[in-house]
Amino acid sequence: MSGLRRVDVAIIGAGPAGVAAGVAARKEGAEKVVVFERDWEPGGILQQCIHPGFGLHTFGEELTGPEYMHRYLERAREAGVEFDLNTMVFQMDKPVSSDGRKAARFWVMNPSRGIEQVEAKSVVLAMGCRERPAGALGIAGSRPSGVYTAGAAQRFVNMEGLMPGRKVAIMGTGDIGLIMARRMVLEGADVVGVFEIMPWVSGLRRNIAQCLDDFHIPYYLNQSVCELHGKGRLEGVTVVEIGADRKPVSGSEKFVSCDTLLLAVGLIPENELSRMAGIEIEPGTGGPLVNELMQTSEECVFAAGNVVVVYDLVDFVSREGERAGASAARYAMGRLVKGDREFKIVPGDNIRIISPQILTASEDVTVYLRVGSPVEGKCRLRADPGLSSQNLRYARPGEMNEIKLRADKLKALAPDVTNVAIGLEVL
Amino acid sequence: MPDVKKFLCVSCPVGCSLSVTVEGTKVISVEGNTCPLGEKYAHSEVANPVRTFTSTVRVRGGSLPVCPVRSKTPLPLSRVFDVTREVAKLTAEPPIEVGSTLIENVCGTGVDIVASRSLPKR
Ligand SMILES: Cc1cc2nc3c(=O)[nH]c(=O)nc-3n(C[C@H](O)[C@H](O)[C@H](O)COP(=O)(O)OP(=O)(O)OC[C@H]3O[C@@H](n4cnc5c(N)ncnc54)[C@H](O)[C@@H]3O)c2cc1C
Ligand code: SF4
Repeated sequence: MSGLRRVDVAIIGAGPAGVAAGVAARKEGAEKVVVFERDWEPGGILQQCIHPGFGLHTFGEELTGPEYMHRYLERAREAGVEFDLNTMVFQMDKPVSSDGRKAARFWVMNPSRGIEQVEAKSVVLAMGCRERPAGALGIAGSRPSGVYTAGAAQRFVNMEGLMPGRKVAIMGTGDIGLIMARRMVLEGADVVGVFEIMPWVSGLRRNIAQCLDDFHIPYYLNQSVCELHGKGRLEGVTVVEIGADRKPVSGSEKFVSCDTLLLAVGLIPENELSRMAGIEIEPGTGGPLVNELMQTSEECVFAAGNVVVVYDLVDFVSREGERAGASAARYAMGRLVKGDREFKIVPGDNIRIISPQILTASEDVTVYLRVGSPVEGKCRLRADPGLSSQNLRYARPGEMNEIKLRADKLKALAPDVTNVAIGLEVL
Repeated sequence: MPDVKKFLCVSCPVGCSLSVTVEGTKVISVEGNTCPLGEKYAHSEVANPVRTFTSTVRVRGGSLPVCPVRSKTPLPLSRVFDVTREVAKLTAEPPIEVGSTLIENVCGTGVDIVASRSLPKR
């Protein structure tokens, strides 16, 4: 073990959020900006997302995941961001006070250098998210091989050249599952169906059109996989209908023959390190509580990307990564200016997740939110008292919505106002 | 007799629901699009649906055993399985540069298959 390594801005995770944070931190003037990444190359989840659909906002054309990352990594190289690859951050301590400011300390592991302790003037958490695994679902039956999360299968097929199976059922209509349905068909597999427990699709509707409809893959709403069959290898699953009371309809069970089950049943922000460091986690999002500067409850720790809230568009991830990186750089240089107000965002009915959750009125801010159940028709997002409103043609759980708030309007609110209510009105 | 076709524009993640009035293969009007791309998509979808094709090719001696590829521009949806079979025959040699052409004019579609990442030797 060597001595304490010192950096100005440390970024944990080299996915789109971390890389964007690195670029922005250097542009803001921070000297030593290091991104720590456990994988052998930077890029995060995008390296396995070989389908198109990335970067329309950022680059003005539709790129695949690896192409998007390639372009962003060039920006990082030009900006002088350092990458410490094959390096896992395995522990994060509670930030310590140093020169009247806080500093972050954490521990990394690398196969050639062993274990090191790092002290950083500020940190950006950009660890991404993980998939909800089979164990979290309580499915009855045997425990054969052939059950994968959709993202694990995506990595096998797209990066390791391995086929998880030949006859595939998919549970859940998350985007990764829809993308993998098409991918498995193109690789010669038979996709027998996609089963969604809810009365609506959880992924983007474009993925229903271009991944399922284009390839005549059937999907079923209000149906769930309730039992696995097979010794050694999966031989089939039992699928059951879900009634209006959200309970399984007895007698509706049917056997579906398959050798592979892919799970696309949700993503959970990856926050073990955040918890170790004593950072406050927002129960609604599962990520750190953040203000508009992407600052967490520890003033030297910032966060961006899927670690905060699960995004469906990488362009938003990059944008929020830049915001976090710029804030972290300013903090490291002793010139981060918070606003002088503090508002809590209070989400209204049917708003399931919202980020950021705290506003200090330092700068204009985009608030991201997701609805809990779909509103198929005109509706209006409003931020009160009297901050802004925006008409929507619909609001669906699979698609994030945004509403912009201006700092000057927040500052002008009466001193006794401490809550900003964000609500959805059906028109 | 005009006929109304309903489908989703997949040109961007917004995914607008289009209502397209057609007479045979002639588009009379497009509704539901938010931007001009939707109109363009409606015409192409009625005449000859095209999609960007993505897959992987085998690589010998690379830092990964497969390399992701894409069609440089969209190609006819009806040819996707032919293209898949053609791409499956290829084994690429590293180092591979992002954007480099791996198959020219795949299956006579006039579209090239290019690498969508760089891949060094092992
Ligand atoms: C299958 C799939 C399809 C998608 N499709 C689209 C699409 O079509 N269009 C679009 O715009 N968006 C799409 N997205 C969404 C978007 O790509 C993601 O939201 C985005 O990549 C998240 O970026 P991130 O940097 O937060 O996380 P990630 O990309 O997950 O990066 C996190 C990084 O942190 C590293 N890490 C984690 N913990 C540690 C640790 N302790 N120490 C060191 N390193 C660590 C990981 O190895 C990883 O590299 C898709 C996402 C998925 C999963
Ligand atoms: S019409 Fe325009 S905004 Fe709507 S999905 Fe198509 S490209 Fe996107």
